[in-house]
Amino acid sequence: MKSAVILLPGLNRDRDMIAALTKIGGKAPVTVWQTDTDIPDVDLIVIPGGFSYGDYLRCGAIAARMPVMRAVAEKAAKGVTVMGVCNGFQILLEAGLLPGALMRNASLKFVCREVKLEVANAGTRFTSRYEKGQVIRCPIAHHDGNYFADEATLARIEGEGQVAFRYAEGTNPNGSLNDIAGIVNTEGNVLGMMPHPENLIEEAHGGTDGRALFEAALGRAA
Amino acid sequence: MTLSNTIPITDELVASHGLKPDEYQRILDLIGREPSFTELGIFSAMWNEHCSYKSSKKWLKTLPTSGPRVLQGPGENAGVVDIGDGQAVVFKMESHNHPSYIEPYQGAATGVGGILRDVFTMGARPVAAMNALRFGAPDHPKTQHLVAGVVAGVGGYGNSFGVPTVGGEVEFDPSYNGNCLVNAFAAGLADADKIFLSQAKGVGLPVVYLGAKTGRDGVGGATMASAEFDDDIEEKRPTVQVGDPFTEKCLLEACLELMKTGAVIAIQDMGAAGLTCSAVEMGAKGDLGIELDLDAVPVREERMSAYEMMLSESQERMLMVLRPEKEEEAEAIFRKWGLDFAIVGKTTDDLRFRVLHQGEEVANLPIKELGDEAPEYDRPWVESPKAALPDFSALPAIDPADALLKLIGSANLSSRRWVWEQYDTLIQGNSLQRPGGDAGVVRVEGHETKALAFSSDVTPRYVEADPFEGGKQAVAECWRNLCATGALPLAATDNLNFGNPERPEIMGQLVGAIKGIGEACRALDFPIVSGNVSLYNETNGKAIMPTPTIGGVGLIDDWTKMARIGFAAEGDAILLVCKSNMWGTHLAQSAYMRDLHERRDGPPPPVDLAHERRAGEFVRDAIQDGRITACHDLSDGGLAVAIAEMAMASGIGAAISLPMPTEPAPVLFGEDQGRYLMTVPRADKELLREIIDEGAARGLVVAWIGETGGTELKLPGTRAISVEELKARHESWFPDFMD
Repeated sequence: MKSAVILLPGLNRDRDMIAALTKIGGKAPVTVWQTDTDIPDVDLIVIPGGFSYGDYLRCGAIAARMPVMRAVAEKAAKGVTVMGVCNGFQILLEAGLLPGALMRNASLKFVCREVKLEVANAGTRFTSRYEKGQVIRCPIAHHDGNYFADEATLARIEGEGQVAFRYAEGTNPNGSLNDIAGIVNTEGNVLGMMPHPENLIEEAHGGTDGRALFEAALGRAA
Repeated sequence: MTLSNTIPITDELVASHGLKPDEYQRILDLIGREPSFTELGIFSAMWNEHCSYKSSKKWLKTLPTSGPRVLQGPGENAGVVDIGDGQAVVFKMESHNHPSYIEPYQGAATGVGGILRDVFTMGARPVAAMNALRFGAPDHPKTQHLVAGVVAGVGGYGNSFGVPTVGGEVEFDPSYNGNCLVNAFAAGLADADKIFLSQAKGVGLPVVYLGAKTGRDGVGGATMASAEFDDDIEEKRPTVQVGDPFTEKCLLEACLELMKTGAVIAIQDMGAAGLTCSAVEMGAKGDLGIELDLDAVPVREERMSAYEMMLSESQERMLMVLRPEKEEEAEAIFRKWGLDFAIVGKTTDDLRFRVLHQGEEVANLPIKELGDEAPEYDRPWVESPKAALPDFSALPAIDPADALLKLIGSANLSSRRWVWEQYDTLIQGNSLQRPGGDAGVVRVEGHETKALAFSSDVTPRYVEADPFEGGKQAVAECWRNLCATGALPLAATDNLNFGNPERPEIMGQLVGAIKGIGEACRALDFPIVSGNVSLYNETNGKAIMPTPTIGGVGLIDDWTKMARIGFAAEGDAILLVCKSNMWGTHLAQSAYMRDLHERRDGPPPPVDLAHERRAGEFVRDAIQDGRITACHDLSDGGLAVAIAEMAMASGIGAAISLPMPTEPAPVLFGEDQGRYLMTVPRADKELLREIIDEGAARGLVVAWIGETGGTELKLPGTRAISVEELKARHESWFPDFMD
């Protein structure tokens, strides 16, 4: 169950993610710096949330062009499990590892609150420990989480079951198309999601709904 | 000596630097010649109210600042308090009022950035932030724009930097129409034996500049912040700094990494008056001179003059004195984070502050007189007149249910969710209580059970009506909010916002409030360990309400026993902890009188500090022993609003039965101090009896006033209101106003 967390200047939920992986996986992840071109052999690579490079230019745009992201893309192509949360999702989209785009929230405001997520596909290596249709709690904290894709792309990802999570029970906080909160790639080994499961994994967080996601991602890897 | 003196020093120039004729004479006497233009700028930066505390110092000295847990009191970048296990909490609150009024987004953002820098300069990683915001009347044409900009700015900076905002205040009052208040609080955690200070040590050591480059933004900001506003404030926009939270986040990581290497001898962030203030403070505190070579300063604009470089308030910059043998290691860390690193000077033994620019000496001044021996005033003051208790016997009757709905749906008592949902309240994964309760609570990372509680409080209308009692009340309410979570209050920071101290009645407010704060802090063992004074908060001669914001920190030994405000279950007995059987008596200066009867007369409720202490200790013990299920203090809106807040936080209703006098308003809406509500399972008769008896034994009244349950709130003598309706009212004011 070896995991790695990508570190880029401006990311700020790296410590939350490292804590979650350590507490759930039983072992601290290795960290990989922006300029590294080699990622050690791990089973799970995580790009955490934050504001890499200050969100300057466009969220995730600069990060996607850093040397370390070329290494992430190579690992993903080899089938290694890759997960991007919040800014990590934005970076995966900018890097072309996932389809679509994240626009500014419909409210034009940063929003931090708890939402409900429906597990739209329980057949992925990230969601296998949830039931299809299960509704879980999950916090969000972002300014640019409004998922958008052109009609053809949207039809394709819907048709192929690439939507992993949807905002449920009217809690879509950002205007995302089809209430999309998280998607996987065609091969199913890369997940991007806006909500923060790493902030709901222990009693101190007021719930543990996010745990199963890490258990699945790490378990599949083990 | 060739001093750059191309700009002649005229009376107008002196005045435009905010220096009074007698202060200028003092400069002439001190240096024995006319100052250069750059030197005049340096004096203006160091001797303005914001940096020198010249009007307030005499009174600030009277505050209690020490205690068994205090490791560092006022005078450094932030206060430091021992929390056991070799750890310390480092915290401070600071205002950014004037910049936020001129340019709300950047003003608020850089206020947050400045206070975070104060905390990590001392070696602490920020773990919590709060913001006390005060705006003009909701219907004033500028208010909506200021609220939108300030809230977005606070969030924009704090969210990107990565610190959870766990509490704060938002208040509206016409006295802030021309001068909003933005008071930013930050707290961090550090090892108690690894606190970094600003005092330079050692002669001939390198003075190193780190962080972002210097630009022309914010030139003269501290001087601007020390003057009142008039109709030309738009012209002051260039004095507001521009924040870059990305650089600040990198600066945090680089500084903490550098501190681990043992390279840092002294460190000071560049805040107000930038390079000038940081260099002078480091030298003056260490009884050393400082020589700066401005040609080495990283700049982002061409042809900057020495004057501009010395007065720039560009953000995200630090000055350090480093061990020379560690220079290379230090530089590598800063390069890794993409930050500037430049040796810009050295420490000297001549107690002079010397500045070189393009081969010329542009300033050569005595460093002690600039810094810790700056002018100090004993400004004339008059005591604020005390108001007599008004006669409220002929008040028009208002149905209590109507009154409650109106109050909880009003500008000042409605839910602040619209504001705090724009702040990241969860980042770092340690937030145990988010905004909306009595205090924000953050778990201490790396410790199984410990947590820190934070609260920010002041009731400006009380302070205006009686500065002494109001000052006491601000401290007592903050202390009470911490106790209500079960925390042991440790220490506080004060952010004193007042009008023009050259007016004796304003100076009287400041003196009265400081006396009240001091008395309460002594009585409650709650020392003031850091703070900030913001004067000249007035526009066209009209001052704000006196607003001494108190930011307090408490320690919770076991957060699994911490109390929350929401009713925990149906069938709990509701207990009111108070001083005597006169459960609610004081209506003057209450939210009820202000918002429902448009009356602002009379004295504020007095604070009995001995009772306050007894009540707080009793509540805290009950929480720590795990005997109660919920707790909430009583403040604005009194008993009725407090019960409604407990119901709304949980969705569980309550029925209250109290012996009602003919006029129920004082009981339901009076704002008598030193009161809490707690709940205990009703079925546990023995426990209930025990708590009531124990309260009595400690000189308190613990009155059983009702029971939780159902989906409605039933107050005596009026109709029941569904908790859903309460919530709808409570939640709707802010979105209706802003969106």
